Amino acid sequence: MIVSGWGRYPKIDSNVSRPHTRKEISKLLAIGQTIARGSGRAYGDSAINPINTMEMRWFDQFAGFDPAAGVLTVNAGVQLREITKVFVPRGWWLPVTPGTSFATVGGSIASDVHGKNHHLVGTFGEHVKEIEIMLGNGEIVTASASQYADLFYSTCGGMGLTGVILSAKIQLAPVKSGLVKQKTIKASNLEELFELFEENADVPYSVAWVDCLAPERELGRSVLLLGDHAKKGGVQIDSRQRFKIPIDAPGFLLNRWSIKAFNSLYYSKAKQGDEKLVGLFDYFYPLDKIDNWNRMYGHSGFIQYQFVIPKQNGADNMRKLLGRIAYLGEGSFLAVIKLFGGENDNLLSFPFSGYTLALDFKVSQKTIDLLNVLDELVIDMGGRIYLTKDARMTSNTFRRTYPRWETFESVRQKYGAIGKFSSAQSVRLGLL
Amino acid sequence: MSKILIIGATSTIAEHCARIWATQGHEFFLVGRNPERLDCIVSDLSLRGATKVGKLVIDLCDFNSHQAMLDAAERGLGGLDTVLIAHGTLSDQKACEQSVALTLREIETNGLSVIALLTLVANRLEAQRKGTIAVISSVAGDRGRSSNYVYGSAKAMVTAYTSGLRQRLQKSGVSVVTLKPGFIDTRMTEGFSKGFLWVKPADAAAIITRSIDGGFSEEIYVPYFWFFIMLCIKLIPENLFKRIKL
Repeated sequence: MIVSGWGRYPKIDSNVSRPHTRKEISKLLAIGQTIARGSGRAYGDSAINPINTMEMRWFDQFAGFDPAAGVLTVNAGVQLREITKVFVPRGWWLPVTPGTSFATVGGSIASDVHGKNHHLVGTFGEHVKEIEIMLGNGEIVTASASQYADLFYSTCGGMGLTGVILSAKIQLAPVKSGLVKQKTIKASNLEELFELFEENADVPYSVAWVDCLAPERELGRSVLLLGDHAKKGGVQIDSRQRFKIPIDAPGFLLNRWSIKAFNSLYYSKAKQGDEKLVGLFDYFYPLDKIDNWNRMYGHSGFIQYQFVIPKQNGADNMRKLLGRIAYLGEGSFLAVIKLFGGENDNLLSFPFSGYTLALDFKVSQKTIDLLNVLDELVIDMGGRIYLTKDARMTSNTFRRTYPRWETFESVRQKYGAIGKFSSAQSVRLGLL
Repeated sequence: MSKILIIGATSTIAEHCARIWATQGHEFFLVGRNPERLDCIVSDLSLRGATKVGKLVIDLCDFNSHQAMLDAAERGLGGLDTVLIAHGTLSDQKACEQSVALTLREIETNGLSVIALLTLVANRLEAQRKGTIAVISSVAGDRGRSSNYVYGSAKAMVTAYTSGLRQRLQKSGVSVVTLKPGFIDTRMTEGFSKGFLWVKPADAAAIITRSIDGGFSEEIYVPYFWFFIMLCIKLIPENLFKRIKL
């Protein structure tokens, strides 16, 4: 069957198996190599093994909850939206969430996902207390910061390459309301935006949308969205999907003019200093309301490119990168900038202290050429690219930007993961 | 608070129905064949809000175990309000065509075991003069098609049986709900490529629980638009039907 990530590029023919029990997983491991896959929300080819891809969708049950400490035990296939729907009404929520609620717990650990609050609380993996992992030989071990620590720090952010994540214990965060106080601040250039990020560093959630096709003198005009959980308003939540894109949009729908018009409109519609209460799903997962929004980019799919660059010369460097994107006339509906907090101990984790930019590009030769140019610039600036969104980075780029990759490989060697767990991405990146 | 017995509790549709009911704080007794999955579902439902979850591992094709299973469920729950029968297998039609044994086994799993259970359950609920029996049949039972008529004929048996049972139990105040799912993205339909008619198990479960909780004693297509699709399929004259591939 043809499998792809959320970006629908690349498309790879793979046998997909969906085990129902742990025994079935160990049987699959005995046959040959595989990679575990959650909801398929990684954008590129990180959850696809061309021989056998193992979907964890039937491992989607809650396994335990300590209501005093807020520690939840869940199987790897549970989607974050299920945790939200069941536990927000009880006053607990995810300490970290990515931009989609469809991501699974296993996928969130393997990607060591970050959210709009990274500058204060770090990544998802930093709130995981324990992970139950099935190793390549079928043995099940429980890894944490105190036991099998090397395996733990390799599995958080390890893209599924150390073993199969079966379940995890997660420390939830207390929440008083299903509403979020959102404040909108406009910035007319990057310096202004970066200052605003620093000024508001104590606000829990912050992310900025940036107009990547603005004319040169207005490059970096952006809208900063700050958020914090409301103290009241009830804990009911509305997670309904309201729209559906049932078929691929024609490829010509998104072009530089339509995107330019959208971005200009978005910028001019944002109201300076606007404050309002919005639902939790509206604030954190706006795109989840549209079923299959990835079809917007047409049949050939899209690449989401996300990099992080250090704070030093951040505005200059970001301007250089945005300028290059604008110069080539490529752009996307969603270009978002965020200030990251510090790096953690997970060997292949993406975030470090600096600024991150994420944008979508429709797949074309022009896009690929542009991204190759951007890669070089990002490397020179001391940055790196997010593996969960990557579909085309070279092994050279990977090794230069993830310096702990050799330690990662030695841990995989130690736990018998080499030759058992691999993805189209890991092969491309030169991981054995 | 209802006392709900689910037979075939590890089926995807049944599991999602149970999740919806669990948040309403009902009590469950789950019957299934796979102990590991049954245990997973028991803890999951308890965490979602079920006030009590009992379980029993049995093979439903062992008809002699049914009476004892129902006793255990009734004892465990202290009565029975709703019985959902959801177990089944999707037959390999091509393999069945070459094997009498396989064909009969599929009919046994999807048809006879359900009838055996219904016979016992109906008498219990008729005696207490209240309750709901819900059975997962299938749109496949509406008309035999070359691509899956073994499965279809077993489901046709279930649909016809429940139709008669519904008439019989009408005067005792017991509801009989025959559910006819179309294409639902479950464990049973893993091999299919999924097009636009497919729905998620959670959405199917929402329709099913609404039908059961609403007290309907009827045949319900899941989702509803399958009523029209199957109406068209049933209206095709046999002389034409035999020539088309479905």
